[in-house]
Amino acid sequence: MTATAAGTAPAAAETAVPTPSLARRTLAVFTRNKLALAGAVVLVALSAFCFLGPLFHSTDQVHTDLGQANLAPGSPGHPLGTTDLGYDMLGRLMTGGRTSLEVGLAAGLLATFIGTVYGSVAGYFGGWLDAAMMRITDAALAIPALFLLVVVAAIVTPSKLVLILIIASVAWLSPARLIRGEALALRSRDYIHAMRLMGGGGTRAVFRHIVPNAIGTVVVNATFQIADAILYVAYLSFLGLSIPPPAADWGSMLSAGITYTQVGYWWLIFPPGIAIVLVVAAFNFIGDGLRDAFDVRLQKSGGNR
Amino acid sequence: MTGSTASTDSTASTGSTGSLLLRVDDLHVEIAGRDRTVHALDGVSLDLAPGEALGIVGESGCGKTMTALSVLGLLPGGGRITGGSIDFGGTDLATATEPVLRGVRGNSIGMVFQDPLTSLNPTMTIGAQVAEPLLLHKGLGKAEAWQRAEEMLRLVGLPTPGERLKNYPHQLSGGMRQRVAIAMALICEPELLIADEPTTALDVTTQAQILELIDDLRSRLGMAMILVTHDLGVIARRVDRVAVMYAGKTVERAGVRTLFAAPRHRYTQALFAALPERAADESQPLATIPGLPPSLVTRPAGCRFAPRCGFATGECRELEPELSEVVLPLPATSRNGDSAPAPGPRTAPHGPATGDIPEGRAGAARRGAHAFACFHPVDPAVDPVAEVVPAAPAAPPSRADETLLALTDVTKDYPLHSSPFALRRRAAAAVVSAVAGVSLIVRRGETFGIVGESGCGKSTLGRLVVGMEEPTRGTVRFADRDIAALDRRALRAHRREVQLMFQDSYASMDPRMRVGAILREPLVIQGIGDRAAQNARIAGLLDDVGLDRGAVDRYPHEFSGGQRQRLGLARALALSPSLVVADEPVSALDVSVQAQILNLMRDLQREKGLAYLFISHDLAVVRHLADTVGVMYLGKLVETGPAASVFDAPLHPYTRGLLDTAEQPDPAAEAAGAPLGGEAPSAADPPSGCRFRTRCPAAQEICARIEPAPAEPAVPGHRVACHFPLVAAAGR
Repeated sequence: MTATAAGTAPAAAETAVPTPSLARRTLAVFTRNKLALAGAVVLVALSAFCFLGPLFHSTDQVHTDLGQANLAPGSPGHPLGTTDLGYDMLGRLMTGGRTSLEVGLAAGLLATFIGTVYGSVAGYFGGWLDAAMMRITDAALAIPALFLLVVVAAIVTPSKLVLILIIASVAWLSPARLIRGEALALRSRDYIHAMRLMGGGGTRAVFRHIVPNAIGTVVVNATFQIADAILYVAYLSFLGLSIPPPAADWGSMLSAGITYTQVGYWWLIFPPGIAIVLVVAAFNFIGDGLRDAFDVRLQKSGGNR
Repeated sequence: MTGSTASTDSTASTGSTGSLLLRVDDLHVEIAGRDRTVHALDGVSLDLAPGEALGIVGESGCGKTMTALSVLGLLPGGGRITGGSIDFGGTDLATATEPVLRGVRGNSIGMVFQDPLTSLNPTMTIGAQVAEPLLLHKGLGKAEAWQRAEEMLRLVGLPTPGERLKNYPHQLSGGMRQRVAIAMALICEPELLIADEPTTALDVTTQAQILELIDDLRSRLGMAMILVTHDLGVIARRVDRVAVMYAGKTVERAGVRTLFAAPRHRYTQALFAALPERAADESQPLATIPGLPPSLVTRPAGCRFAPRCGFATGECRELEPELSEVVLPLPATSRNGDSAPAPGPRTAPHGPATGDIPEGRAGAARRGAHAFACFHPVDPAVDPVAEVVPAAPAAPPSRADETLLALTDVTKDYPLHSSPFALRRRAAAAVVSAVAGVSLIVRRGETFGIVGESGCGKSTLGRLVVGMEEPTRGTVRFADRDIAALDRRALRAHRREVQLMFQDSYASMDPRMRVGAILREPLVIQGIGDRAAQNARIAGLLDDVGLDRGAVDRYPHEFSGGQRQRLGLARALALSPSLVVADEPVSALDVSVQAQILNLMRDLQREKGLAYLFISHDLAVVRHLADTVGVMYLGKLVETGPAASVFDAPLHPYTRGLLDTAEQPDPAAEAAGAPLGGEAPSAADPPSGCRFRTRCPAAQEICARIEPAPAEPAVPGHRVACHFPLVAAAGR
């Protein structure tokens, strides 16, 4: 009789097609968000411009050529004009962008990584360890970040690597606090208890359960961190504390161009300024889109319960 | 006592025979979701006379709550009524405008929801909330409204109602809050009370009190009631008629006694057969219903129960059976199904009322008659339950008499305030005494059931056994080794031996892991086997619990509640433990699925020689599964012994009270002797002496002074901690 055979009959879902992974479904929701998609497109376009552009518009960004200084946009060979030292503006925008993107991306990711590990360890283990670790971040957060950056950058001569480390060293604080909150909530979940009852320890809890389950927060935060890091690079360069010339980034280009605002050399200001605004906005839109995507995924699985 | 209440009520209803209070006819409701539309209700027909009580039962997801909500016009977002009518006292609520509905809600129809905490506003005082409907609907002044509110709170049995008016919801216990919610629903003296699972979130004892209260108020105020529940035990003695719902349709309607005595629809029959109370013999597996209710996104052709029905034929899969009245071959019961066993004029108002209903439609079955929608109904001549219960006898498990787990005087206190930087003042610290001096022994291969109300410390005891908590005092010995004395490595090895099966399996699985990874995790942690061996083990586990091997590529949220519980069991078994602590493993499941899981647990126990520590508030489930039972009250184990002995001849007044309080799924059941009154006191301040004395009918002065020591006054092995054990009464 069917009614009774069921106790042992296979009752699982019949289809053999594996469910698409969570990452893939998150991506599907993300692509439905127009603004986020636009952000991603802008970002890809800007990266292509900075990294592939020099292949099509090759320029000398090392030697100055005062004979070609301050040409207006539209001059032959210089679609965006030249700087006060005769560098081609379009080419400089590409090389400068490379510095900004590389340093911003690396610093943002590094800060997120440090912050995530620090925060989840503090949150998972709790107790006095958590209290001690969080007081350290509180203390560090009390020092104005820009002040710290300026002091450090004034002591060491920045290279790209130094710049990345300096920025990451102040930027990890906020993700640490954020993830610590997540970890506090996650550590009392039943699946953490279940894992502990199997004999698992703290490392496994943090890296296999807490971090993956906080991934939404982590990824969203990472995009904002990158945007912030790009801005930090710009601040530092603007204050003249960035990588020394002839290397350039968008911040130092702004700084150099600001001298000539009164003469009306607008092409020295607008292109790097717009580029910074675009890339920061793009990262923020992507972050918003990702946050929605992760939220929806959670709602869906929650709604099925 | 309750059995007679039902007939008194129906007598009251015969007085106002003339018209129906509520008639729901062929109601269709659709809920538009993000990317699909769910046909939540697809042809629901009910009717209700004034003063009558109707029960709606069915598995979860069958549209019970949706029916109740559509009567009130409170459908969730995206929901709308697409067909049919809801005639309430001459108004069609299906098409009524919002102002009309507002005038009806809380005024002529009162509603009590499942969760008394979320249905009360935490920022308003009790008085303000109970008086609110009066201000809205009756236009009373504040002083008068509050006075009426106080009277109503007294009526629902809230002690010192005058003071309670100024309290906030969080200051009341769950049972008290539900009383307040009932007071709110009744303050305008509605003609109809809709109670949606009003006691599901409550303890057995509180549940009995609330149901008794609703019963009593209903007869006093002469109102009709719709009681929505999944619990057949709740409905048995509290309603006049029952509607069984399946997949958005009414599949059977009958008087409560008729339905319980002779269900005709195969679905109803299967629901009854799955009840642990109905199991012919404790050693027999329970009858189950395979599969799940359909998703209702599509409207399946034919009978919707056909895919799960053992009697389905080609006809069932193609044609849809209509809900139609039957003429039973039994005499006397043919017209109004209930009259046979009930004394007195148990006549539902079918005479004039029948004329009001148009004949020849799906919902045209006559009132009070037994109607069902099934092509191959149960033959009432055959015992409906016996027919689905399998005959296959299983050999009783051979149990070694070896002690597996021994708790000695285990105590767990939780400090009331804790902080990492708080100064540790050893003395004078306030504690919650969750478990207080529990000693018990679990033998290899046996099932030890622990029952008790919520807050009695049974879950804490489970956590102590698995080692999630450390006891404040006392020892937990497993296979003759003290757990507390194990070093790190030995403890990790010990983890293999004891596993926990969670109440909510979904919460116990990482939502970002596929099932394969979830089942692999214990093997990886314990370093068992290489990847291929682990894969083989995982496949074997899935086979054991009756899940498809393809499940490894899926995520936990894709499974139903019952399947998740199977997964939970599979993971608990991954390390081949000798003891599984199961904390309320079936309390969140429907009866049909619950039976599947209980059968599975029993089969695996026989196969693998497992011992279970089975924690549950459900006496019927524990009785079905357990060999030995322990009854806990407020952190104390008040009675232990062989299951048969404890349930048939309880020695402790608390056990007796629990058994008397449990709702039997039998309308003809004897009214309980002495259901437990009151509520358990706080564990932060337990009573002196015997902790049960504040609710004990036999309590005397000695009980307050001296804590009773466990003794075996009747049968060896049946221990009780009571000064006045019910030895004499044990024979009854």
